[in-house]
Amino acid sequence: MTLGKVLYIDLSKRRSWVEDRSELFSDRLGGVGVAIKLLEEELPKGADPLGPDNVIVFAVGPLTGLYPMASKTVALFKSPLTGNLGESHAGGRSAVAIRLTGYGAIVIKGASESPIYLAIHNGRVFFRDASGLWGVGSSLTVGRVIREREPGAGVRTIMRIGRAGERLVRYACVNTETYRHFGRLGLGAVFGSKKLKAVVISGKSSINVKDPASYRKVYDRIYEMATKTALMRKYHDIGTSMNVQPLNTIRGLPTRNLKEASFEEAHMISGENLAENYLGRRVACSHCPVACIHLAALREPYEDEPYFYKTTMISYDYELIYALGSMLGVSDPEGMLRLMNEVEVLGMDAISTGVVLAWMTEAYERGVISDDDTAGLKPRWGDWRVYLKAIRMIVEQPTEFYRDLAMGVAYAASKNGGEDYALAFGGNEMPGYHTGPAAHLGFLTGARHSHLDSAGYSLDQRLLKKGLKPSVEKVVDYLISEESWRQILSSLVVCYFARGIYRPEMVEEALKPVGYSLDVEALRKLGLEILRDKNRFKVREGFNPEKLKPPKRIYETPTPLGHVDEKLMEEAVKLFYERLAL
Amino acid sequence: MSVARRVAIVDNERCVGCQLCMFACTRRRGYGGLGFSAIHVKSTGGIESGFTVIVCRACPDPPCQKVCPTGALTVREGGGVRLNMDKCIGCGYCVDACPFGAIFWNPEVNKPIVCVYCGYCVDFCPHKVLTFEEVKP
Ligand code: SF4
Ligand code: SF4
Ligand code: SF4
Repeated sequence: MTLGKVLYIDLSKRRSWVEDRSELFSDRLGGVGVAIKLLEEELPKGADPLGPDNVIVFAVGPLTGLYPMASKTVALFKSPLTGNLGESHAGGRSAVAIRLTGYGAIVIKGASESPIYLAIHNGRVFFRDASGLWGVGSSLTVGRVIREREPGAGVRTIMRIGRAGERLVRYACVNTETYRHFGRLGLGAVFGSKKLKAVVISGKSSINVKDPASYRKVYDRIYEMATKTALMRKYHDIGTSMNVQPLNTIRGLPTRNLKEASFEEAHMISGENLAENYLGRRVACSHCPVACIHLAALREPYEDEPYFYKTTMISYDYELIYALGSMLGVSDPEGMLRLMNEVEVLGMDAISTGVVLAWMTEAYERGVISDDDTAGLKPRWGDWRVYLKAIRMIVEQPTEFYRDLAMGVAYAASKNGGEDYALAFGGNEMPGYHTGPAAHLGFLTGARHSHLDSAGYSLDQRLLKKGLKPSVEKVVDYLISEESWRQILSSLVVCYFARGIYRPEMVEEALKPVGYSLDVEALRKLGLEILRDKNRFKVREGFNPEKLKPPKRIYETPTPLGHVDEKLMEEAVKLFYERLAL
Repeated sequence: MSVARRVAIVDNERCVGCQLCMFACTRRRGYGGLGFSAIHVKSTGGIESGFTVIVCRACPDPPCQKVCPTGALTVREGGGVRLNMDKCIGCGYCVDACPFGAIFWNPEVNKPIVCVYCGYCVDFCPHKVLTFEEVKP
């Protein structure tokens, strides 16, 4: 089994070596469970997130390359946005390529003096000059160039940054396979600070299995569930964007910087409308039958010549529609798709970008910032043309104000004013759910300050449907248990969309033929342990739970479950960390 | 005589690039990963432009067989080839000779990977791209 091999790469010395960490993988499965340990080991306490001391860990898991939908790569690093734990996940071909090139994890440290990219083919590392690629306007072009130059078509991942990463925008992302992203918390800026333009990985090896017969049996069951039951249908048909309408109906769709929680033109940017009028192709991550990646085909005429068009394929998801649609009051689907394409081209996290622009608009409306600050731009709800320009400005940073915006919404507001409506939680920009207190509690306490940490938004919606009002204790316990279990999924690197298939019992079954014997109870215990490790790391790097405060705005705009109570929220946060018992 | 079958591509525009067919082919032999896959899927020029599926089409007069210096590849009745591993010396001539690039290489054993026309992969294509059909002369 090759999973236990960890590849270390030092960019400063241009050196790489391999260590056998099999024990770590048998104790902690893989993915986030292993990566948090490697990060703790390698990252000097208090390291500058944009200095050579920062460390990037990529890790995959024991089911990768064996079962469907275990194809996520977990990236851990120190976040330049929040100053503590950076964690983001991406699919595409990345996880399978890492495993089949021969590794369970890759640790990248140091920094290069001049731009480089890494090529890792069948386990061998090559340092390639990237000075020519540095400064190229579009991350898509970078992918295209590398595609032509490197081997491994079909079994490779091409992770790369755009201009935003080079320019150290704190929420720059790393793009992989054109449409998947290590989106949140600024991995792109960490790449940029290391002068690392891209990482190409290819591999096609086979994996030995302890018990091939039962492996195939479990495989067939998972495959049946994924393709012949209703479990995955919503991701497959309309995709995550099918959430737009229902969230709007219950009034939980953040709109115009959450001044409101429903958007009168939501039907224009709904998943149904996009599917009907723009959906051009659906694609899948490696080893995933679902194919949730929806690409819109946007046809635009050239202005200088009649009957001359270009067609751009643009990937869309619920979160992008929220951030670059309703949050900005943009209802023209084509305008919204152009904004999505722009963040793709420049390599920025779409959620953070949208939240930053929404704050900028409100601050401008209120006269907190002026035309001098915005370099003449007049942001206005719904005016996507202005937003298109503003996105470029965040990358180019022509004024101090745009430099502030590039630091994230919390920083920009702390300097310019308007903190009450700067929608950040623990330093990370808000995801697209104003469903009730559990969602916001999850954003605050989740180790990544992401909606996916503990999925409070989904609890809120269930409570709404059933008309229940559980105690604070119950909600806190639920969130901790959900976030703990998700650490197991992220250690196996199973896609969260497949969580309905990979229930605890199924995970136990799937691990057996591979050589792991962990029962459900042991798995749950390990999940909680990993969650504690992550939070301990946060605290080690300066995170203080007592200072956690949501923006005032969330108390002002009612949720489907009514106004969020400030006192109860404070109590819940306190209780969360008490129960987590770090 | 039993009919000779082969994997055929019904409509590669339906392919989402999930590679489940590739995984199936290696799993057929009891392994995970892709080391023994005789079918390959790659994008035609970036994910945005769709995918190409490459698999042996069972030529009636197979060019791959003609260049095999040891007789390890023989013509299967009805079209396509059979590989006798004991005779194969790992020269790789067949890989170059196949006009479709449908013979792959396993560096772990240093031998070619040739489709055996079992049809296992077809059952794992969730999007009706593949079919298992009779080779028509
Ligand atoms: S491997 Fe290529 S040349 Fe040989 S029978 Fe198949 S398609 Fe024809
Ligand atoms: S028919 Fe059998 S040998 Fe040929 S590609 Fe499919 S699974 Fe592999
Ligand atoms: S299983 Fe079907 S859809 Fe998936 S890659 Fe193979 S041919 Fe394409």
